[in-house]
Amino acid sequence: MKEKLVLVGNGMAGVRALEELFKHETDQYDITVIGAEPHPNYNRIMLSPVLASEKTIDDIILNSREWYAENNIELITGDGATEISRVKKAVITESGKEITYDRLLLATGSNPFIIPVPGADKEGVIGFRDIHDVETMLAAAREYKNAVVIGGGLLGLEAANGLMKQGMNVTVVHLLDSLMERQLDKPASAMLKASLEQKGLKFLMEAQTAEITGDKRVTGVKFADGSEVEADLVVMAVGIRPNIELAQKAGIYCERGIVVNDTMQTYDPRIYAVGECVQHRNECYGLVAPLFEQAKVAANHLAQVGSTRYEGSVTSTKLKVTGIDLFSAGEFNEEEGDEAMVLQDPASGTYKKLVIRDNKIKGAVLYGDTMDGTWYFQLMREGTSIADFRRTIMFGQHDLGDAGHGDAQVLALPDSAEICGCNGVCKGDIVNAISKKGLFTLEDVRAHTKASSSCGSCTGLVEALLASTVGEGYDEKPSKKPMCGCTEHSHDDVIKAIKQHELKTMPALREFMVWKTPDGCAACRPALNYYLLANWPEEYEDDAQSRFINERAHGNIQKDGSYSVVPRMFGGLCTANDLRTIADVSDKYNVPEMKVTGGQRIDLFGIKKEDLPAMWKDLSDAGFVSGHAYGKAMRTVKTCAGKTWCRFGTQNSTGLGVKLEELTWGSWMPHKFKLAVSGCPRNCAEATIKDFGVVCVDSGYELHVGGNGGIKVRVTDLLCKVETEEEVLEYCGAFTQKYREEAHYLERTAPWVERVGLTSIKACVVDNEEQRKALYQRFRLGQKYAQIDPWKARAEGEASHEFTPLKIAG
Amino acid sequence: MTTNALKVETGNWIEVVALEDIPQLGSRVIRTDTMNIAVFRTAGDEVFAMKDECPHKKGPLSQGIVHGTSVTCPLHNWKIDLASGEALGPDEGCTNVFPVKIENGIVHVDFQNR
Ligand code: SRM
Ligand SMILES: Cc1cc2nc3c(=O)[nH]c(=O)nc-3n(C[C@H](O)[C@H](O)[C@H](O)COP(=O)(O)OP(=O)(O)OC[C@H]3O[C@@H](n4cnc5c(N)ncnc54)[C@H](O)[C@@H]3O)c2cc1C
Ligand code: SF4
Ligand code: FES
Repeated sequence: MKEKLVLVGNGMAGVRALEELFKHETDQYDITVIGAEPHPNYNRIMLSPVLASEKTIDDIILNSREWYAENNIELITGDGATEISRVKKAVITESGKEITYDRLLLATGSNPFIIPVPGADKEGVIGFRDIHDVETMLAAAREYKNAVVIGGGLLGLEAANGLMKQGMNVTVVHLLDSLMERQLDKPASAMLKASLEQKGLKFLMEAQTAEITGDKRVTGVKFADGSEVEADLVVMAVGIRPNIELAQKAGIYCERGIVVNDTMQTYDPRIYAVGECVQHRNECYGLVAPLFEQAKVAANHLAQVGSTRYEGSVTSTKLKVTGIDLFSAGEFNEEEGDEAMVLQDPASGTYKKLVIRDNKIKGAVLYGDTMDGTWYFQLMREGTSIADFRRTIMFGQHDLGDAGHGDAQVLALPDSAEICGCNGVCKGDIVNAISKKGLFTLEDVRAHTKASSSCGSCTGLVEALLASTVGEGYDEKPSKKPMCGCTEHSHDDVIKAIKQHELKTMPALREFMVWKTPDGCAACRPALNYYLLANWPEEYEDDAQSRFINERAHGNIQKDGSYSVVPRMFGGLCTANDLRTIADVSDKYNVPEMKVTGGQRIDLFGIKKEDLPAMWKDLSDAGFVSGHAYGKAMRTVKTCAGKTWCRFGTQNSTGLGVKLEELTWGSWMPHKFKLAVSGCPRNCAEATIKDFGVVCVDSGYELHVGGNGGIKVRVTDLLCKVETEEEVLEYCGAFTQKYREEAHYLERTAPWVERVGLTSIKACVVDNEEQRKALYQRFRLGQKYAQIDPWKARAEGEASHEFTPLKIAG
Repeated sequence: MTTNALKVETGNWIEVVALEDIPQLGSRVIRTDTMNIAVFRTAGDEVFAMKDECPHKKGPLSQGIVHGTSVTCPLHNWKIDLASGEALGPDEGCTNVFPVKIENGIVHVDFQNR
């Protein structure tokens, strides 16, 4: 028989937990939801835009009543829970219904704090929390003139802005001398106040409310200093209190909130709690991003795939007042020993401040230009050292080698502007999907619109649209990003576990790390296969079925299902005989098109899959090996003419290129890996946009790393300078091996170098001879097993089932 | 499904390949004179057959990665349910599937409604 799960609190955190539960495709529970509000679950965050008439109530419904029906959820609305009987394991509602449970999930949110001054109970005095409050405000705006908002924090300012848009005369009353003091430093706060005043809001600062005056309905607010303002509506936005009444009455242990452990369980193990009503490790949260993380953990435990823990969150905030861009995270006032970086441009109305401690970001305040907020926030949460890009950090992420995908302008673009060039998705489609389907994450947007799901170069733009459309609900990066839907573990967790626990097969790894799916998915299998191969080159047996078709069939699949063939030409050198062989092969197999590639070799297109082995045989007999043009592997070494011929050449760049290619060919990598050698700083081989590039100079060789052309051009960083070819080979092997061992699957050297920092790579590859030699050694060992030409092997019959179709007549 | 059961009785079963000649979590392609058909084998030795054409842009599904009882298309990563031929997740579309049975280690497919 199914167990009974009851959710009390039909709000954002609770329903998100149910959605997360359904992702596990479990059919374990009969579910009942009890909500005090008369509505299905809606996006509370969006009440501010509703108040400002930028959205309607219908726009912000997240889960329609049909959704509850489709998922067989019994939904009770407008009938709050009044009592939990832990003895009977039942919840009793206001109307007297009694609903039994096996597991109970509490998500009762919080209540606005109403300052207990005389008159606070008069008609026209409200909080700002739910649809009912918004309806009350809208009705008041139609009938009355003067509104007072008490509280100059996020919520208060959003309420004030909305009421002003409804035509009211609004005064914001704040106890302290600067607005949003919990999120902003003084300069940013002053800029905010100035622009809100310009919009028409009035402020009474350092004013302590003493009394609400009036008969039945409010007519004014009196302050401690004796002054008074007129008011027909008073909105109290001075803070929230976790709604713990129900839990407390049932004897569940509460402090400020309902106390839970890392698995979101209360002191009664049958009862879970998530959301604003919760107190976890002494913190109560008031923003959705951490609540969604909590919801996910609770769902995992309810689905009994519980290996995750909630470990607390760092939050950031944005103000949702149209026309004002504001971002804040962390500690924004520097303490002794901290450094503050400030960039202020009064003319354009921008202000940016970063607080730095030990080369790490501790806090950020951005005003006017908030595009880099998510980036700074990520650096802060991940504790990334900014040592390598301190000089430019204030100018934003674009300054880190982004080739002009400026997303600052995305909000100003028309709806018809194409955002995702790969899938032809326009801005309007994305914004629509986000608001209509209630999407919160990049993954959701990718799944529903396909935007950013291919080459990924528009990811920044899509994130910007998410952030602006759903406000803070957008949890762009959970504190730990799971590898894929099959696991809660991150790439780093997996890499660590493989080494630490000597996991050597995929089933062992999946079992040890409690994978949720029996055989993984198309995203994790290739990654696991690579990690195992890179770690245990001598023992691990490659799993063909876990490779993307290109690597399984050793050619690039084309849109019509045919394949391309790119034989390796070491260093781009070739002989007349080589070209003759390629020409003959091309004739023999009716190759429809040949092309010189950007990687200095020749591509034969449109080959039928079943012809591949025979064609490879002919190439192999003439001495060619696979060019791995299809693989997350070492691709090519580009070279220039060099000293042998060129009047500027300083070293034998072609010869060195051939040696490098002989060293590295066949190596599997986290992503594609390209090399180049230029004979002088004129750099005709474009070595400074390669994963590993060599620029020859008179006195030796400059080694450059972490560059790429492609989607987001990044120029290399200089690793070091060496004097001999032997050293070039050793440093190359060592750098490559470090990348192979530590980068995440599908992370090219450029983002890897940016993530871990050049300094840490240098420390190991350049400054530490012992480590360099050990890395080089490991690389060579791996190559012993990798440099077996896959084409020759298949020409001789390996994996023949892959290339032989079954024919059936009729 | 009843219609399927009906087909089994009247169907015209054709032997196509030995089970062991399809790699686990892999596929084989059957070439008929009108179309290609992909025959998939899961980790648990279930076998499914469907037209080798993705409902998105006709990508050859046989070349995809098989996981659970679905396959991910090699061209643009649509996920297709092997049993129903339907696209999973938010994508919409469907590919023809054919009944399969295994007898004495030999896979038979019924192409009647080809
Ligand atoms: C054949 C070739 C174009 C040509 O005719 O010149 C080519 C063809 C493809 N490139 Fe490329 N790239 C080719 C040189 C390049 C270059 C130029 C270079 O290497 O100097 C670049 C920019 C430099 C770089 O990579 O840093 C390049 C940047 C890309 C990217 C973007 C990579 C990035 O990190 O942003 C992709 C997408 C990817 O890998 O995910 C890509 C992906 C592809 C794929 C594999 C797309 C795919 O997944 O199916 C194309 C395969 C076509 C086919 O079926 O054969 N190709 N590609 C070139 C093969 C070189 C070779 O001999 O192996
Ligand atoms: C105007 C406004 C703007 C906001 N803007 C942002 C923002 O930009 N970014 C951000 O991250 N967060 C924002 N928030 C905060 C965010 O909305 C909350 O953090 C989030 O909704 C909390 O989710 P929850 O599920 O814990 O509580 P809620 O969403 O409040 O859900 C709790 C539900 O439980 C019901 N309930 C309570 N007691 C009972 C009972 N005994 N029986 C039955 N039902 C009960 C309540 O009626 C309510 O429907 C904003 C909030 C407001 C009000
Ligand atoms: S070859 Fe490269 S640039 Fe050309 S279409 Fe394919 S992926 Fe794009
Ligand atoms: S053709 Fe299959 S996903 Fe595009």
